[in-house]
Amino acid sequence: MAKIKVEGLTKVFGKKPKRALELLEQNKTKDEILKETGNTVGVNKATFDVKDGEIFVIMGLSGSGKSTLVRLLNRLINPTAGKVWVDSEDLSTMDEKTLRETRRKKMSMVFQKFGLFPFRTIASNVEYGLEIQGMAKEERADKAQNALELVGLKGYENMYPEELSGGMQQRVGLARALANDPDILLMDEAFSALDPLIRKDMQDELIDLQNKMQKTIVFITHDLDEALRLGDRIMIMKGGSVVQIGTPEEILTEPEDEYVEKFVEDVDRSKVFTVGNVMMRAETINMDKEGPRVAMQRMKDAKISSIFVVNRERKLIGIVHADDVSRLMKEGKNSVEEVIDRDIPTTTKDTVLKDILELLTYKSNVPVAVVEDEKIKGIVVRGTVVAALSGSEVKLNGISS
Amino acid sequence: MEFLPRLPLADWIDAFVDWLKNADFIFDGLTSFIDVILTGLAGAIGILPSWILIIAFTALTFWFAGRKVGLAAFVLIGLLLLDNMGYWEDMVLTLAIVLTAAIISVVVGVPLGIWMAKKQAVEGTLRPVLDFMQTMPAFVYLIPAVAFFGIGEVPGVVASVIFAMPPTIRLTNLGIRQVSTEMIEAADAFGSTAMQKLFKVQLPMAKTTIMAGVNQTIMLSLSMVVIASMIGAGGLGTAVYYAVGRNDVGGGFEAGFAIVILAIILDRLTQSFSEGKD
Ligand SMILES: Nc1ncnc2c1ncn2[C@@H]1O[C@H](COP(=O)(O)OP(=O)(O)OP(=O)(O)O)[C@@H](O)[C@H]1O
Ligand SMILES: [Mg+2]
Repeated sequence: MAKIKVEGLTKVFGKKPKRALELLEQNKTKDEILKETGNTVGVNKATFDVKDGEIFVIMGLSGSGKSTLVRLLNRLINPTAGKVWVDSEDLSTMDEKTLRETRRKKMSMVFQKFGLFPFRTIASNVEYGLEIQGMAKEERADKAQNALELVGLKGYENMYPEELSGGMQQRVGLARALANDPDILLMDEAFSALDPLIRKDMQDELIDLQNKMQKTIVFITHDLDEALRLGDRIMIMKGGSVVQIGTPEEILTEPEDEYVEKFVEDVDRSKVFTVGNVMMRAETINMDKEGPRVAMQRMKDAKISSIFVVNRERKLIGIVHADDVSRLMKEGKNSVEEVIDRDIPTTTKDTVLKDILELLTYKSNVPVAVVEDEKIKGIVVRGTVVAALSGSEVKLNGISS
Repeated sequence: MEFLPRLPLADWIDAFVDWLKNADFIFDGLTSFIDVILTGLAGAIGILPSWILIIAFTALTFWFAGRKVGLAAFVLIGLLLLDNMGYWEDMVLTLAIVLTAAIISVVVGVPLGIWMAKKQAVEGTLRPVLDFMQTMPAFVYLIPAVAFFGIGEVPGVVASVIFAMPPTIRLTNLGIRQVSTEMIEAADAFGSTAMQKLFKVQLPMAKTTIMAGVNQTIMLSLSMVVIASMIGAGGLGTAVYYAVGRNDVGGGFEAGFAIVILAIILDRLTQSFSEGKD
């Protein structure tokens, strides 16, 4: 189910939004409209869903309308046109009280520039959302404490925001949003001020949190690596418009246009692509009923020099090589059993390529078996991995991931 | 321009003031209200022996105004001198008038400033009125004050309030308008009501600016209280006023000096409230 549904959402900043809307209908660009009317198009007819429990990442260059869009989602900014539904409730027709309740209970926001209250201590900043709901002092202090621990800021309760570094302040902002325990987290470049190490930690923390509590997270970032790491789906914006929405793989493998291509150009693909993306069908023989002759025939047909061996239950046993098999044939043996190499590298479908590169160089002639429940699901060979990493089209030999 | 008949502005204002006098009961009510505050304050301050107050003032300025030994010493010596010159009672009365005027200014001015910050139309109307109030020569206010409130301390308080309130209104307005969109968005995003936003975010954020306004209001009240001695408001101003009348240079300076001491104490104390964190 869609947690948030957005349709034709448009925001024009300036005095003549009507005129600007007309021009948008004529598919004029943001720059043309600015020249003609002096109005800035913040967001242009955005339409998308955010599913319950997913991390939805919004990406785009500076000024592409990310912050404006996220503010339209909790109506900090009123749209010029279009609608937002949260849990099927239309945000634009909500009266003030309902809107307030929605903001209190359903969605919290983490701000790009932190938005901490300088005259309040860290603890009382984190408590703010609970305080205005009238929660008792001890209870909210407890929750604030938990949230601060979660972001690794225990011990800073009584300091003031100005006494903390930018990264720490950002984490206070996150703790403040978490303390409210909302269904939806709106995070506007929430990790941008963190140094790389803490940033990684916080990303992991967020993924954990999302797994544990099934939050719906709308996450804005500049950083493609972050987007790929966090996003179940990624939406790319340009000049206020949505250019592409898709899973990280889709964005990387089928970029919609040059703009998206530019974005993904210098991404470290080895951290994004998984074995599932590049694996091929495995040739196997069943050692319980097939002997050296069948093995050799199959290798010849597939033009390969080794073949994986499974047993009757289709469990992976090992691999046999062509030269050993031909020797067995000469010796007149009926089973390949004695030449099976049982010490073979294996991996799983979800492993990122970066983590199997080592296996591929180490026994470079031997493909890596992709295993699930001890059964072989496919193989990964050096060639396809290298091809995938270099950005060329990946042929999947009939197996879809 | 002589072909135009002279506009009888003075007559019109007189007529307006006469008409306003019909609302006598309001002014009587206000008079007794102000009188209660004033006598209450004067009584409360005056009941304490001067040495206790001297120590208290010295300690207060020391603690609140940056723990400056020099300033504290100045206050101590100044107040002792003031007492020694025989201006203590006058000082107490002046202080009471100033504080009364300041309290009324804050109680009326801060909400007005808030209203002004929230409503563009209110700002549009109030701004020229405030300009007018501040540019009018101070003692012009004495005339309507006398007309409605007679003579004595109460019209002195009224004239002070009119003259001294604008900075509090203005700076409250400014302070609230200056609160960044970021803070407002944070307050809104968590579902604050308008009142919660005002009391938990806007006013605390604007506190320093508002206190700067209150500081100005207090200083302006003090200057007005001196002028108000012309309409019978007692205190240090009267001493100056008499000295001027009698061409008594020495006496005038003594009284003037007493005012300066009071002014410095009030200024430093209120400034410290606007600078301190809590
Ligand atoms: N309050 C406003 N008034 C006028 N124009 C605005 C306002 N807020 C944003 N804009 C304009 O809307 C466009 C989108 O801005 P927005 O802040 O949403 O970009 P962004 O993608 O968040 O950029 P960044 O990555 O730098 O944060 C910009 O052209 C900006 O100038
Ligand atoms: Mg932004």
